[in-house]
Amino acid sequence: MTEIKWTRKDLLGMEDLSADEITFILDTAEEFKKVNERRVKKVPALRGITVVNFFVEPSTRTRASFELAEQRLSADIVNMSASTSSLSKGESLLDTAKNIEALQVDILVMRHAASGAHQFLAKNLKCAVINAGDGAHEHPTQALLDIFTIREKKKKIKGLNISIIGDILHSRVARSNIYALLKLGANVTIAGPPTLLPKEFEKIGVRLCDNLKDAVADADVVNLLRIQHERQRASYFPSIGEYASVYGINRESIKYVKKDALIMHPGPINRGVELDSEFADGKQSVILEQVTNGLAVRMAVLYLVSGCLKS
Amino acid sequence: MVTKKESSNYILQNARVIDPKNGVDAICDIGIENGLFADPSKISNPKKIDLKGMVIAPGFIDMHVHLREPGGKDKETIRTGTMAAAAGGFTTIVAMPNTNPLADNASTIEYIKTHCEESACVNVLPSGCISKGSEGVEMSPIGGLKKAGIVAVTDDGKCVQNHELMKHVLIYSKTFKIPVLDHCQDSFLAEGGLVAEGYWSTIKGLRGIPVASETIMVSRDIILAEAADWKVHIQHVSAGASVDMIRDAQKKKVKVTAEVTPHHIALTDECIKDYDTNFKMSPPLRSEEDRKKLIKGLQDGTISVIATDHAPHTSTDKLVEFAYAPFGVVGLETAVSICLTELYHKGFLSLSDLISKFTVGPAQVLGLDIGSIEMGKKADLTIFNPDVSYTIDADSFYSKSRNTPFNGKEVKGRVMGTVVSGRFVYSMIDGLKGSF
Repeated sequence: MTEIKWTRKDLLGMEDLSADEITFILDTAEEFKKVNERRVKKVPALRGITVVNFFVEPSTRTRASFELAEQRLSADIVNMSASTSSLSKGESLLDTAKNIEALQVDILVMRHAASGAHQFLAKNLKCAVINAGDGAHEHPTQALLDIFTIREKKKKIKGLNISIIGDILHSRVARSNIYALLKLGANVTIAGPPTLLPKEFEKIGVRLCDNLKDAVADADVVNLLRIQHERQRASYFPSIGEYASVYGINRESIKYVKKDALIMHPGPINRGVELDSEFADGKQSVILEQVTNGLAVRMAVLYLVSGCLKS
Repeated sequence: MVTKKESSNYILQNARVIDPKNGVDAICDIGIENGLFADPSKISNPKKIDLKGMVIAPGFIDMHVHLREPGGKDKETIRTGTMAAAAGGFTTIVAMPNTNPLADNASTIEYIKTHCEESACVNVLPSGCISKGSEGVEMSPIGGLKKAGIVAVTDDGKCVQNHELMKHVLIYSKTFKIPVLDHCQDSFLAEGGLVAEGYWSTIKGLRGIPVASETIMVSRDIILAEAADWKVHIQHVSAGASVDMIRDAQKKKVKVTAEVTPHHIALTDECIKDYDTNFKMSPPLRSEEDRKKLIKGLQDGTISVIATDHAPHTSTDKLVEFAYAPFGVVGLETAVSICLTELYHKGFLSLSDLISKFTVGPAQVLGLDIGSIEMGKKADLTIFNPDVSYTIDADSFYSKSRNTPFNGKEVKGRVMGTVVSGRFVYSMIDGLKGSF
């Protein structure tokens, strides 16, 4: 493994990281991917380290991915959710976290519905904090696994045209991808219903597009976000059906997508909405590879962060 | 009002006296006898106090204060809130009615008045709710509240969404000469919002409160105030576009006035980038363009009042995820220093114009004969040194709460003394002790 040049106790988001730091995580993840391809997939890198997976907001795949990553690194792990913690008894997040820390926990992996919850805890705790998703803010390990997958397939990031389609306004996946991809020199386009497309992103160099055809025409990567109409309190767009017909990848719209473009999705897919099954399972799709790579990326993050723990 | 101690007779000497209402700006003596302004040459046994280098102004008025009592004594009480007011240079404050119980009935007003008599060290003027329960459905008993002693009505913290009710409130309040103060916010547009909608809300993934949520209600109020020919006062303006609308309406002689807070003058929404809940308030901090337009509004007189929206919250309330923290910041003990630093020393307002925003401006909105220095009137004074620098330290506050966005900020200009009815309720003047 390369020499450690990682100095952060926490992974809060991609916005804070430099291009070198992002690349370093990706390089480290490549090593862990090799570990995952061996028959014996366990390494002792985190032996004696205690990790708490604290999912205040429900999650299935991210949580499973982190748990497995921790187990493969030989960490001791405890899983907590909002309902199994004292949050359900009215304890504040900070008190709950301080109690977890008082058990000599080294790393806290958390998902939380409030943007900035991780910054808030990291400021007030000595243990490492890894962001597994905070509100509409960031989901750094998702961006890392997306970029890892792109880099593996396209052999580079710089200069690639990457289009992210969907509800950008409420998406932490979009934000983390945007911040990281821009730092690595990609051209980022965002597209979706104009009500869900914050024009402020233009100020940091993102191209906005309100129609799918223009958004995907030159794209080397098309990253489709899960649309969650049921979670929108206001009427941002008329219906799931209309979304599918205007912004979904289907037999008609696939014509505009380059033949060598990667089709990505952070999951879970609404088949027939963002993406028709034919293309979710098609040759251009790298969706399951994203999941596989997520494990390597999370192992890398846990490993790097553990190297900066204060004794 | 606490008046346990006898007030002394004073002659305040060598200070620069600025009384905007009477066009006074001169070095002259101020005489105080039996709690009233008096001719310095005719006072018996006065204590002479040298205030060289200081400014004496009519007692400052803060027409937007949350004292939290009754119902929120963990955050603030009438005692601690008025101590904070005194330390901040305010001799008169208007208490917002969103206490628990709400001040939508005469008996709560009576309760507040009784407790103020026992424990307030500055003048407290109560306000009442616009609507019963501040629910925006039925009009509160404005006539009865007036009899009980309110000086204004407001549903501050909420905003009446029902335009018909607001229309009737404006027409009805005119009979009782009660100004209507409004926290302009369309609740559909603002629902769930945490910070100003814009660049920082987008980058940080926080739900935004659009400018339109304010301007729609400002325009509603202007239209209804014009029709009713009565006074509507726009509380804590945050958006530059609101200032433009108010300016245009004032040109048409609509009875609309406006206030701005020190934090909206001094800060922008960039402050929320670290999710510090001491920058979370309603209305939210907005962009630099908005901030500049607020200052412009103060300069050309569109905004005639600076008010703090002093909103105390405990550390426990604020030490939570940004989304779950209550809105609001304290302001009484920092307002004068912040405004001297940001408006006077940066050359936006003269001392006289700045003082008028704390005196003549609010007095006119409230229709009260206060905020000036005149013989025979109650001697309420604010004494400050415009040139002394210090660092704001929340731990030194008299307020029960510490939720200031200005902790650690270097400021220039400091309140040195506060006189209420001839008594020094606060003093940092050498050799002169104040007593709350």
